[in-house]
Amino acid sequence: MKNVIYSINGPIVTVKNTKDFGMLEMVYVGEKELLGEVISINDNETTIQVYESTTGLKPNEEVKKSNSLLSATLGPGILENIFDGIERPLGDIAKSQGAFINAGKTIPALDENKKWNVTLKVKLNDVVKQGQIFAICPETKLIEHRSMIPYGVNGKVVKVVENGMYTVCETLIEVEDEKGIIHEVKLAQKWPIRNPRPVNHRKSISAPLITGQRVIDTVFPIAKGGAAAIPGGFGAGKTMLQHQIAKWCDADIIIYVGCGERGNEMTQVLEEFAELIDPKSNVPLISRTCLIANTSNMPVAAREASIYTGCTLAEYYRDMGYHVAIMADSTSRWAEALREISGRLEEMPAEEGYPAYLPSRIAQFYERSGYVETLSGLEGSLTIIGAVSPQGGDFSEPVTQNTKRFIRSFWALDKSLAYTRHYPSVNWNLSYSEYIDDLSRYYEKNIAMDFMKLQAEIISILHEETKLMEIVKLIGSDVLPEEQKLLLEIARVVRIGFLQQNSFHVEDTYVSLEKQYKMLKVISYLFKASKQYVSKRVPVSLILKTGIFEDVIKMKYDVKNNEIELLDGYNNKIDLALATIE
Amino acid sequence: MTVSLLGLDDIKGSLVVLDDVDYVSNEEIVEIQISDDAPRIGRVVQIVGKKAIIQVFDGTAGMSLSNTKTKFTGKPMELALSREILGRTFNGSGKPIDELGEVYAEKFSDINGAPLNPVSREYPRNYINTGISAIDGLNTLIRGQKLPIFSGSGLPHDKLAVQIVRQAQIAEEENKEFGIVFGAMGVKNDVAEYFKKSFDETGVMEKVCMFINLSNDPIIERIITPRCALTAAEYLAYECGMHILVILTDMTSYCEALREFSSSKGEIPGRKGYPGYLYSDLASLYERAGIVKGKQGSVTQIPILTMPNDDITHPVPDLTGYITEGQIVLDRDLHMNNIYPPINILASLSRLMKDGIGEGYTRKDHKDVANQLFSSYAKVIEARSLASVIGEDELSALDKKYIEFGRKFESVFVGQGFGAKRTINETLNLSWALLSTLPISALDRLDTALIKENYDPIHAEHTIELALKGDK
Repeated sequence: MKNVIYSINGPIVTVKNTKDFGMLEMVYVGEKELLGEVISINDNETTIQVYESTTGLKPNEEVKKSNSLLSATLGPGILENIFDGIERPLGDIAKSQGAFINAGKTIPALDENKKWNVTLKVKLNDVVKQGQIFAICPETKLIEHRSMIPYGVNGKVVKVVENGMYTVCETLIEVEDEKGIIHEVKLAQKWPIRNPRPVNHRKSISAPLITGQRVIDTVFPIAKGGAAAIPGGFGAGKTMLQHQIAKWCDADIIIYVGCGERGNEMTQVLEEFAELIDPKSNVPLISRTCLIANTSNMPVAAREASIYTGCTLAEYYRDMGYHVAIMADSTSRWAEALREISGRLEEMPAEEGYPAYLPSRIAQFYERSGYVETLSGLEGSLTIIGAVSPQGGDFSEPVTQNTKRFIRSFWALDKSLAYTRHYPSVNWNLSYSEYIDDLSRYYEKNIAMDFMKLQAEIISILHEETKLMEIVKLIGSDVLPEEQKLLLEIARVVRIGFLQQNSFHVEDTYVSLEKQYKMLKVISYLFKASKQYVSKRVPVSLILKTGIFEDVIKMKYDVKNNEIELLDGYNNKIDLALATIE
Repeated sequence: MTVSLLGLDDIKGSLVVLDDVDYVSNEEIVEIQISDDAPRIGRVVQIVGKKAIIQVFDGTAGMSLSNTKTKFTGKPMELALSREILGRTFNGSGKPIDELGEVYAEKFSDINGAPLNPVSREYPRNYINTGISAIDGLNTLIRGQKLPIFSGSGLPHDKLAVQIVRQAQIAEEENKEFGIVFGAMGVKNDVAEYFKKSFDETGVMEKVCMFINLSNDPIIERIITPRCALTAAEYLAYECGMHILVILTDMTSYCEALREFSSSKGEIPGRKGYPGYLYSDLASLYERAGIVKGKQGSVTQIPILTMPNDDITHPVPDLTGYITEGQIVLDRDLHMNNIYPPINILASLSRLMKDGIGEGYTRKDHKDVANQLFSSYAKVIEARSLASVIGEDELSALDKKYIEFGRKFESVFVGQGFGAKRTINETLNLSWALLSTLPISALDRLDTALIKENYDPIHAEHTIELALKGDK
C-alpha cells in the first residue's frame, strides 16, 4: 500500500495508519520529493518534518521511504564548498536553479564527476579495520584528504585499484569480512548526522586554540577540543568575533555554520575567505574552510539539522587527525527551530515555550567537542564555539543558561562596550574560562614562566577598577587617593591598549602569543615604575603629562608583528619618560 | 482545476474551515464569494485529511455557514507585475485602488518569494549618500542593505524616511533608474497621506509604487502587504534593473497582526504572546533585501517600527535587530531638546558600513573618524551621568570639555535639520572640527599621522559656525 500525506501544518506532515517508517528515517515527501525526516511514530500516525518549503504540497501525495537515517555524505570536495543545512551544495544549486532556491530536486552533495588524485595506502591481502586510512588525495592546496575504512567494515582487502584519478563514486578497494561478505569502499561514505562518530578514546586537554585575539588567548583562553559560547545581544559583535576566530585560529580545518543568520554575512565569509591569505601557509583561508549556510529565510527544519551536519563534517576531518574548529552562529536560532517544531507537534512547552528536552539537546551538541585519539590512532580535536543570541540581551533566558552548563569558556559580549566601539566587546566581569588551569602548563612551557602571573595581575587590575568605579560614579575621581587614581589609569591602559583590538588594522587583527606576553610585561612594568613615583608623592597628573601612558596604549599599532623585540625597549622608554618629571 | 464549494463548516476569527475538500494544496489561495460582493481572498494554512483551514485576509464579517461560495484557485498567492506598477497605488493585498484599472501583467510572481541562495548574493559595498550626517558619517546606508528605523510613538520617523527618500542618491552616479516601493501596514490615514504628499512634492511620485493597508483595513491583510511590496521590489530590481528603496511601516502593526492570527489558530505563544516563529517570519521579509550577482538592480530596505513604550528589548525590535544589518534608533530625549533628526548615535549601528566606506568609497579617514566620534561621544554620556550626581562644576577640566563637545555634536552634527543636505566631505570635515575641540590626547582611536593632517583647533569654531549657518 502506498503511504500518503494526511495532514499538513507548516513544515510538519503526517501519514495515517502505517507501520512502514522507522524513527529518524529520511523520507521523500510528495511529488516534488521534498526531503523529510520521521520525528514521531504512534499507532495512529507518523509525523514527518520536511526540510523544504511545503507550499503547494497536497494531501494524498505519496511519501516514499529511503531506508536510511538522515545522513551526510563524507568525502573529498567538502572543503572550499558551501552547503545548506542538509548538505546540499549551494554552488551547484545556483548553477542549476538560478539565484533563488526552489524546493525539491536533490543534487548530490559532492561533485560526482570530479576526479581526485588518489594514492592507495593498503595492498592486496592486507587486513584492515574500521577507521583505518586506506587512501589519501590532495583535497585543497593545504589539506590532504585521508579516506578511512567505513565504520563496521573489518577484514581482508581482496581487491584494490592502482593509484590514479578517481571520482567519489568509484570503488577503490573491496574488503571481505569474517562472514565472507564483500564491502565496496569508495572515496565517499555516509554517516547519520545525529550520531557522534566513534573514536578510540578521549584524551585530556593540553593545548590552547590560539586565536590571536588578546582577550581570548591571554584572559579567557579556550583549549583545543574545548567548547565555548559567545552570548550577546544584537550589535554586540558576535559575528565579528566568530569571523576573527575563524580567520586566525590555529586549527587545521574550520567548519563555519551560519544557522538562521543573515544571507549577506555568509556571502561575506565566502568572499573574504577566498581572498584572505593565511599568513602561515600562504594559501587562501577558504582552502581549509567549509561553510554551512542555512540563512534565516531558508526552511526552519533544515536549520535544526544544520548544527548536526556541521558536527558530522567536523568529526570526519577530526578522524583524519586534524584539529578542527566549528563555529556555530547562532545556536539560539537552532534552539528556536526546535521550539517552532515542538510547537507544531503540540508538545508541552517548558520555559519560554522551549521544549523540555532543550538542555539535553544542547548538551549533546557541545559534548561532540573533545581532544581524542581516533580509530586510526591519530590525534585530533574538535573545538566548538557557539554564538548565543539571547532575547533582549538578557542572559537569564533558557538558551544562555543551559549553554553555560555545558561549555567551559564563556565570552559574554556587552552591548554597552559595543556602544563605545570597544571591540571585541567581551565583558571581563561576566566572562570566564575554566581552561586556565589546564592550560597554564602550556603557557609556562611554551611562552614564559611568568605568563600566568602577569595574566593574574591584569585580571586583578580590572577587578579593582570595577570596584573603584562604583565609588567614582558617586563622588567623582578627584577625591580618590593617588594610588587609586594610578590604578584607574593603568586599567585604562589595559582596556584600551590591551583588551581592545582593532580587527581592521593590519598589525592588530592577529597578535601572536609572544607579542601578547611582551605587551603584558610592558604594562606591568609601567604600573610598577609609576607606582614608585606615586609613592614618592608625585601626582598622577604629572606622570600622565609625560605622555608615556598614551605611548604604551599605542604600542599595539606602533610595534609591528615582525619586530616584536622592539617591545623590550619600552621599559627603557618608560624609565626615560618618568625621569623627566620634576 | 477550479472547484466552487458551497458553505463553510466552521468560522473562528479570521479562520474558516471547509470539510470534504478533495483538491487542495498547502498555502493555496482561495476566493470566497458572499452574495454579490467582490470575492474575499484567503489562504490555506493547514490541511488535516479532507479538512482545509483557511485564513481570510479581508475578515470574516458577514459570513455564515451557508452564504458563501468558495473557489480554490490551485495556486499560491501571486502578484501581477509589470513596469507600469510604478506610480500606482494598491491595497494591502495588491489590488489597485487608484481607479486606474487592473495592471496589465507581464509576469505573475508568488508573493512568498524564494530564499536567495547565499552563493548568488553579491556583498553590498556601495554607499548611499543620504545627506544626513548622523547616517552618512556614523551609520552609513549601503545599497542592498536592510537598515530599520527603531522609533516610538510621536517621534519623527516618517519625516526621517521622507528626508532619506528626498535626498538619497541611490542611482545618480551610474545613470541608472531608481524607484521606491512603499508598504504601509496598519498606518493611520494621515500618515499614508503625509507620505503621498511628500512623494508628490519631491517629484518622485511616478517612481513610487504604494501598497497601503490602513489601520482600519482588515488586520489579516497586513500579513501579505509587505510580501506584495517586496515581490514588486524584487521584480523592479532584478527584472527591470532598477535600484529600489523599500520603505515598510509600521512593522509593529505587522507583528501584531501575526500574533492575532497565530492565537486564533490556537498556537503555543512565545514571548509576549507573539508566535514562536516570529523570527523566521520576519526573516522571510527582511532577507529579501540584497543584490543578486549578475543582475543590474538592488533592493534596499528601510523598515520602520515603533517600539512599544520605547522598549528596545520588546520582541519586535529585538528580533528585527537580530536579522537586519544594523538599526537607526530614534531618541525621545533628543527629540524633546528639539534636535532633528533625533538619532541616538550610540545605539545605532550599520553593520555593512565597514566594507562600504573608506578609500574608493567615501574618504580614507572615514573609518577612523567615525570610530573616534563614537568613542568620544560615549565619554560625553559618562561625563553627563557623573555631572548629574556631582554637578557640572565639580567635573574635571577634560570632562567639562567633553560636555561642551557633546552639546555641539548633538546640536550641529546630529541636529542638522530637515532642510539640510550635507555631502560626505562636509560631514567628515565637520567631524574633524568637532574633534579638534578636544585635547589631542583624548583622540585615542586615531593614527598619529591622521591627527597631524587634520587636527586643527584654530579653525574648528569657524567650521562649526559655518555648518550651523548652512543648515538653518
